[in-house]
Amino acid sequence: MKKRTLKIKRFNPTKDKKPYWQEFVVEAEDTDRILDALNHIKWYVDGSLTMRRSCAHGICGSDAMCINGKNLLACKALFKEVGDDVTIEPLAGLPVIRDLVVDMEPFMEHYRTVLPYFISETPPPSYGERLQSIEERKIFDDTTKCILCAACTTSCPSFWARGEYIGPSAIVQAHRFIFDSRDDGAAARLDILGNADGVWRCRTIYNCTNACPRGIEVTKAVGEVKKEILFSTL
Amino acid sequence: MAALYTGKEVDTAVISKLYPTRSHTGAAQGGIGAALGNLEEDHWEWHAFDTVKGGDYLSDQDVVEVMCKDAIDIVYELEHMGLPFDRTSEGRISQRRFGGHTNNKTKKAVMRTCNAADRTGHMILQTLYQQCIKNNVNFFDEFQVVDLIFEEGECRGVVAYEILTGELHVFHAKGVMIATGGWGRVWSVTSNALTLTGDLNAILLRNGYPMEDMEFFQFHPTGLHKLGILITEAVRGEGGVLINSEGERFMNRYAPTVKDLASRDVVSRAIYLELQAGKGINGERYVHLDITPETVNHYFKEDDARAVDGKLRSITAEYVQEKLEDISDFCETYLGIEPTKDPIPVHPTAHYAMGGIPTDVDSRVFSDENNTILSGLYSAGECACISVHGANRLGSNSLLDLVVFGKRGGHVMVQEVKEKEFGKIDAQKAIDKVQAEFDAILNSKGQNSPNEIREEMQILMTDKVSVFRTKEGMQESVAKLRKLKERFKSIKVSDTSKCFNLELLEAWEVGCMLDLALVTAKSALARQESRGAHAREDYTERDDANWLKHTIAFLNSDGSITLKYKPVTVTKYKPQKRVY
Repeated sequence: MKKRTLKIKRFNPTKDKKPYWQEFVVEAEDTDRILDALNHIKWYVDGSLTMRRSCAHGICGSDAMCINGKNLLACKALFKEVGDDVTIEPLAGLPVIRDLVVDMEPFMEHYRTVLPYFISETPPPSYGERLQSIEERKIFDDTTKCILCAACTTSCPSFWARGEYIGPSAIVQAHRFIFDSRDDGAAARLDILGNADGVWRCRTIYNCTNACPRGIEVTKAVGEVKKEILFSTL
Repeated sequence: MAALYTGKEVDTAVISKLYPTRSHTGAAQGGIGAALGNLEEDHWEWHAFDTVKGGDYLSDQDVVEVMCKDAIDIVYELEHMGLPFDRTSEGRISQRRFGGHTNNKTKKAVMRTCNAADRTGHMILQTLYQQCIKNNVNFFDEFQVVDLIFEEGECRGVVAYEILTGELHVFHAKGVMIATGGWGRVWSVTSNALTLTGDLNAILLRNGYPMEDMEFFQFHPTGLHKLGILITEAVRGEGGVLINSEGERFMNRYAPTVKDLASRDVVSRAIYLELQAGKGINGERYVHLDITPETVNHYFKEDDARAVDGKLRSITAEYVQEKLEDISDFCETYLGIEPTKDPIPVHPTAHYAMGGIPTDVDSRVFSDENNTILSGLYSAGECACISVHGANRLGSNSLLDLVVFGKRGGHVMVQEVKEKEFGKIDAQKAIDKVQAEFDAILNSKGQNSPNEIREEMQILMTDKVSVFRTKEGMQESVAKLRKLKERFKSIKVSDTSKCFNLELLEAWEVGCMLDLALVTAKSALARQESRGAHAREDYTERDDANWLKHTIAFLNSDGSITLKYKPVTVTKYKPQKRVY
């Protein structure tokens, strides 16, 4: 066990006019998760510290936050990686509700605009599955991993500059369907993504790819969607 | 799944304390069982037999048959909704081997589990959520249900706490479906999310309605050392083996035919016994799960394990990486090891509730041991007990259970609510009742920490009511849980804010878990036999003469527990000795 300092950005709308920093010193192992330390503080030091969390192993996407300047899931970030002095802030670019909790609605709204569901105009076989080759399935495998944690979108300077920008996560979600050989909704999605607040706001900065806790090559997926729009308009 | 069916026909609200995509269905890795027979001969009747045998003959066989038969259509339906299953070389849905799923003729493991890499649950959750968005289902995200409204013996709605504002809301309904998952957080080492606290099960108990078979809680054999994070059974399905400190593949001794792919209760007990015998790795309380190609191919050769084409099975590091991508990621993130090169340290972890809210084949809730229907209330998934899983669930039957019975429940809800008028409720009374409960916590002058109480409960349950149980251990648990419940009456919560007061909600959840822990320990203490996940050191054999029956447990208003029983439905699978 080793002493670690957590500097956390606090804000409670019922009593604070503006956010402030508070430091906590906790004992933690190298292999402990940042979430373990946050839980320890919440359970035994200051019950008012507020963050979302659920699965605690990087699958549900609840606890994305900005840790030492990088968007990470608190349950996937270990002290041995982030160091002994840890600064924790809420995700940037979304309104803060309380402490590390942000309003996810603007993010979910962008998600919903890309028609993030399977669209097929051909009826499925009356018995059995639609066929898809291993190769066809592989093309969109990477983007099926998205857990909607918002780490990518809230690390994107284009999104910070303009909240109307649909953001990398919504593009990833669209990609998952556009490149699915069984889906027929690509034209409608490309239309949506080709508008002023769509893919062209991406400046290929790669923050999103760096931030993705699922290891999705986000920038590559955005690039593939851009290319698809270009080819579809030729 | 239910909301998708009701949402198309009647006004539907999905109320969840999380964003729906955060639900723990998303953590299910291995797959969903269905006898499609895409890669080798299979039949739903075999699936049904395996499920009954896996459940140590406590499953109700009529509903098992329904589930295994419906399985085939429902997997195709998910595929038609766009679910990205892995594919076979013919472009069909890929299937893999899983514990307890067998070819009933050869007794060998059969490829029945349909999968999308090792994130099948994630894909199901995402696909169903996407379809709900497509069909304009209403979502109330981050609204925590804190009570059910009963009038004239009928469920007529719910009271929900809006986490953002701290306001209580009444949802007046003609039908309510509970699909809230399990309560693994009752134990200290668990694969379950921090939010899996069994709130609705506790609410039902407090309203005088029973829980079925609560003594049967599954400990998954392969949780990551210390953390309890699930390492899917698919690792063993793909050829992974369990190894003790002597380098021995010990499952040979416990299950000579299917070995590492015996059902979960059998494998968890085997690991526990190895640890008790001092055969944990480096003298510690874990064994190795080895999926390195070198080891796996060695045992494939020893077993003469053949693929469908008759060739000797073999795997490569690339294959493991592709098929088990997420678990490779967990191992690297949390332990700094690569499963293709190093064995994974594992031990049993609290995983799944076989017991829960008693329901019928269409997910209607029963209010007593005589199967009296509780009008207006439905339940599906882990929180419910139909009971298809009996005393021990087979891997890949949980995702199946929740889609099959979610759909059936949704169908029946539509029919039943369409024929019904809104029943009268007293919304203010419903709110006042919950407000009083929360005020009592907020205004308590007590000094007890709900978090300490939770931790003590979790350690107690892990020590005394887990893989192996004794009369003394369970008696001690019941007594200690009663003391913890007393202490819980004078807890302290520091946060009085209305906005996102998760401290208050977490404290309230501790109260829910204490009730569930107590009912679990009492139900377990009473059952004087060993069956499935309920293994006693003092009653080591299954006792069909006295105990082939379901426990129906009521929590009385004075805190005492009444246990009643009801018969198990047996159709064509007569109870026999369970050998793997």
